[in-house]
Amino acid sequence: MCLAIPGKIIEIDAHNAQQAMVDVVGVRRKVDLGLLAEESIRPGDWVLIHVGFAMSKISEAEAADQMRTLMILGESAAALEEVEGYGLENEYPPSEYPASKSRGLVS
Amino acid sequence: MKYVDEFRAPELISKAGEEIRRLADPKHHYRIMEVCGGHTHAIYRFGLKDLLPENVELIHGPGCPVCVLPMGRIDDGLSLTANPEFIFAAFGDMMRVPGTHGSPLEYKARGMDVRIVYSPADALKLARLNPQKHVVFFAIGFETTAPSTALTIIRARAEGLPNFSVFCNHVTIIPAIRAILDSPDMRLDGFVGPGHVSTVIGCRPYEWIAKDQGKPVVVSGFEPLDILQSIVMLLRQLRGGQAIVENQYKRVVPWEGNPAALRAMAEVFELRPYFEWRGLGFISQSALKIRSAYGEWDSEQRFTVPGVRVTDPKAAQCGEVLKGVLKPSQCKLFGRECTPEQPVGALMVSSEGSCAAHYNYSQHRPITIDAAASL
Repeated sequence: MCLAIPGKIIEIDAHNAQQAMVDVVGVRRKVDLGLLAEESIRPGDWVLIHVGFAMSKISEAEAADQMRTLMILGESAAALEEVEGYGLENEYPPSEYPASKSRGLVS
Repeated sequence: MKYVDEFRAPELISKAGEEIRRLADPKHHYRIMEVCGGHTHAIYRFGLKDLLPENVELIHGPGCPVCVLPMGRIDDGLSLTANPEFIFAAFGDMMRVPGTHGSPLEYKARGMDVRIVYSPADALKLARLNPQKHVVFFAIGFETTAPSTALTIIRARAEGLPNFSVFCNHVTIIPAIRAILDSPDMRLDGFVGPGHVSTVIGCRPYEWIAKDQGKPVVVSGFEPLDILQSIVMLLRQLRGGQAIVENQYKRVVPWEGNPAALRAMAEVFELRPYFEWRGLGFISQSALKIRSAYGEWDSEQRFTVPGVRVTDPKAAQCGEVLKGVLKPSQCKLFGRECTPEQPVGALMVSSEGSCAAHYNYSQHRPITIDAAASL
């Protein structure tokens, strides 16, 4: 529930500056940057992610610390499952995406 | 970046244990509450109790959002699935939590449209993808999660998305701490403050606990060394007759919190006059509701929910355990009628609940002891 997952910003969405691609130990997903409006976030920065939203900007060393924390808590698998479950990167307008296919996207 | 599967500085873990023994006055029995369920989980997983002297006792607090959610709220949320036009979306943690007529997963098995989402933003996306359906996001969590729900609601309004609403169960940690401190059968010496909640609210909201109640608070990280260092910091304060708020988790928690997150919460939410907590009863101004300006995205303002109230079985002593009056294993149902597979009470429901943590880890050899012994 309260997982804070470290990820590296790979790319800010060219069309929506509040979305960015992050890398979490090789898994790439889009996350929301809207809760870090006070910070200037650039590719290469590290953030802590919670339920699909970047919550804090951290250093690379802190990110490594946090990943180790998740591992020793036995929560790294749950963290990766959460990140893999984020569905924002498959964003399609409804007209281009048949409703029947969309059912399996998230569940 | 290298990921290391080992404790940070095991030699410091032993040192912290020694320092705790040195600082603890043998004539005093210390009762320290860790507020956050994540800390409870870590304390059991690492067997930290075994590194502490007999007279330093850790009391497990109310900071497990799944555990403190009354069953009636689950029933209310699930009642909306009776409409075949509705999609019920919730975090995976909620899926096995029993309501009166089954868990969300059991509703799904019966053919209701129940989906697991990992982010409120994905529930919003479900609504975009299914314009013919209405998506209810069952929101749960403390201040760590509430800003994400708030921003999702702001986005829904900006898009004018009509087929999305939030069934809001967000709670706030400070009133729960106040309720525990006000409880007549409670005696606590200090608090290990929550880590990730504090990334949002910062450290200031705890200052009244130190100033008015004279109890030290140390906001803590989640590793064995973090938690032990926090206990050292608390004992130093107690020994020096001091009560202040300290931040052991500076590497992640800014003193002032996250202003953008606080702004999003203030924009969308207001305090409910009161809210029921499983095990603790009704606590005034302890939960968030969606402001009427965002009423169109509030499942409760938009639809009728039955307002179910379910009392926990009398034999379950969740309230006493939650307030630290009883240890998990002292409850009559613990490990017999009430297990993680078949939870009767709140604290057995989530891995962050103190009963589930006690059940899952009390049989195991504490892994920090191994780490310390191998030095």
